[in-house]
Amino acid sequence: MVNVQPVKPSQTRSERAREADHPTSQLAQFGADKPLRLDCGVDLAPFQIAYQTYGRLNADRSNAILICHALTGDQHVFNTHPVTGKPGWWETLVGPGRPVDTDRYFVICSNVVGGCLGSTGPSSTNPATGKPWGLDFPVITIPDMVRAQAMLIDHLGIRKLFAVVGGSMGGMQVLQWAVAYPERVFSALAVACSTRHSAQNIAFHELGRQAVMADPEWRGGRYFEHGTHPRRGLSVARMAAHITYLSSAALHRKFGRRLQDREMPTFSFDADFEVESYLRHQGSSFVERFDANSYLYLTRAMDYFDIAADHDGALAQAFRGSPTRFCVVSFTSDWLFPTSESRNIVHALNASGARVSFAEIETDKGHDAFLLDVPEFFAISHAFLQSAASAHGLNSAVS
Amino acid sequence: MSVQEGFGLTAHPLRIEGARGDHLLVAQMVEPGSRVLDVGCGEGDLLQLLESRGVDGRGIELSREGVNACVAKGLAVVQGDADTDLVNYPDDAFDYVILSQTLQATRQPRVVLENLLRIGQRAIVSFPNFGHWKMRLQLLVKGQMPRTDNLPATWYDTPNIHFCTIKDFVQLCDEINVKMERAVALDPGGRPLRLNAPWWFWNMFGEQGVFLLSRRD
Repeated sequence: MVNVQPVKPSQTRSERAREADHPTSQLAQFGADKPLRLDCGVDLAPFQIAYQTYGRLNADRSNAILICHALTGDQHVFNTHPVTGKPGWWETLVGPGRPVDTDRYFVICSNVVGGCLGSTGPSSTNPATGKPWGLDFPVITIPDMVRAQAMLIDHLGIRKLFAVVGGSMGGMQVLQWAVAYPERVFSALAVACSTRHSAQNIAFHELGRQAVMADPEWRGGRYFEHGTHPRRGLSVARMAAHITYLSSAALHRKFGRRLQDREMPTFSFDADFEVESYLRHQGSSFVERFDANSYLYLTRAMDYFDIAADHDGALAQAFRGSPTRFCVVSFTSDWLFPTSESRNIVHALNASGARVSFAEIETDKGHDAFLLDVPEFFAISHAFLQSAASAHGLNSAVS
Repeated sequence: MSVQEGFGLTAHPLRIEGARGDHLLVAQMVEPGSRVLDVGCGEGDLLQLLESRGVDGRGIELSREGVNACVAKGLAVVQGDADTDLVNYPDDAFDYVILSQTLQATRQPRVVLENLLRIGQRAIVSFPNFGHWKMRLQLLVKGQMPRTDNLPATWYDTPNIHFCTIKDFVQLCDEINVKMERAVALDPGGRPLRLNAPWWFWNMFGEQGVFLLSRRD
């Protein structure tokens, strides 16, 4: 039986709106003197980055790990979420005694630029108009997100990160970090990701965006001013996307053909099946915590991502001479970022002579496996970070 | 076919506490400071031995447990398969490519061997010798597929689908124009047989063969 909890729309919506400009997080603000140079040619200034940190930075500032979040993630890796009240999204991997050990490392996670949890994005107030940016916000890319993170790391006085860790869109940022700032990344753990978004994935994103934009309440992206909310469109986008995060086997194991709170089909279009009810809940709870325009911008950023294209089509060229230690992980049942994508990364890293390890984890949990309790994934993450820590001269505890 | 002079190893074999005999032999063939790919590196014992001698090592291993063990040792190892993944490595990426006790388990030993010498300047290949007298005797006397202490699997569940003898391997090397720089036959305890013996002697009494190969340009 799926436990569907009611959401309180009005309350969470106003909280989220507040989070966009005044987040329950630490804040790095960059003025006109420090613009963010965007790939689209715009200098974004002023802008702000909302971030969380866990653990302590050691004396020589060498134990920092940057976590990069996925499409609909945020900076709340290991604390209660200020809007949903739920636990942090990566408490399986991050925490005391976990592979990303907060007793040992200084862990940083920032909301990506273009997001909606406190870093500047389409739901933030445009200082020029005093209204939310909406579609006036410039289109951002994965390299833009990483450039903003690098400015945050500078702001924190950290020269070199011990590790950059992330899955899915977070994994794309990990790879981009290694390409853009090889000397600043000692080790890189890239999970369930790719160096370029596939045609199929772009297609799914387009489906999601069209669903949002087809909702009359979207109002050309100006829904804040009209007091509307493209709830249905964004919800459909989330439902479709959510299916891509799972696998056929996982859906069947979780729901089968079971009916929701009824003995017989109702011969209607009500949510008869548990899987329908589950998806509807995924959709409706998502719209309360996420901004529709942010969803458009961040899916676009993933679509544009193609490391090879930025290096004359040669992926290996992008990593040539990289001093970074890489670990790439994929999951057998992930069809959104299948193992073949990870192997492409590995082949390029091998061809460029970089130090890379790779493991494919057997699981039926699909793409979402990186967020779930998958012991083999924790084992390799732990082994990789542990050995990298010794190579980096990090002692077992922060002194 | 005859024995080539100077095929054996130097008079001072490498000895390191706890290391396997065949690993030491391989380690001795690799020049310090070189780049090495170990195909089928298991839990990384050989790679670790090589890295302790100043070698820049990489590995390929089929089992995830093996990859995990290697990663925990700080080694750079990718999950993969000699048959399918060697094609993705560029030419001359390594000084040496090692294939230890794996050739007989590949689907296409000839293609694998050609790939080893495309990726690496040199290849070091070791394999069990199916021409060993114990094998011959079991087949002759019992009329059954041989099983030994080092190869205990039955014919129906062995991963070793392409057994060969030392003589067969030498023939393949000739066919694909590979130069044998060094060859050593090991006894069942992993110790090198006496040097400068004729091929038939190695083929009869060597339990495994270890070859250092290069391209004949």
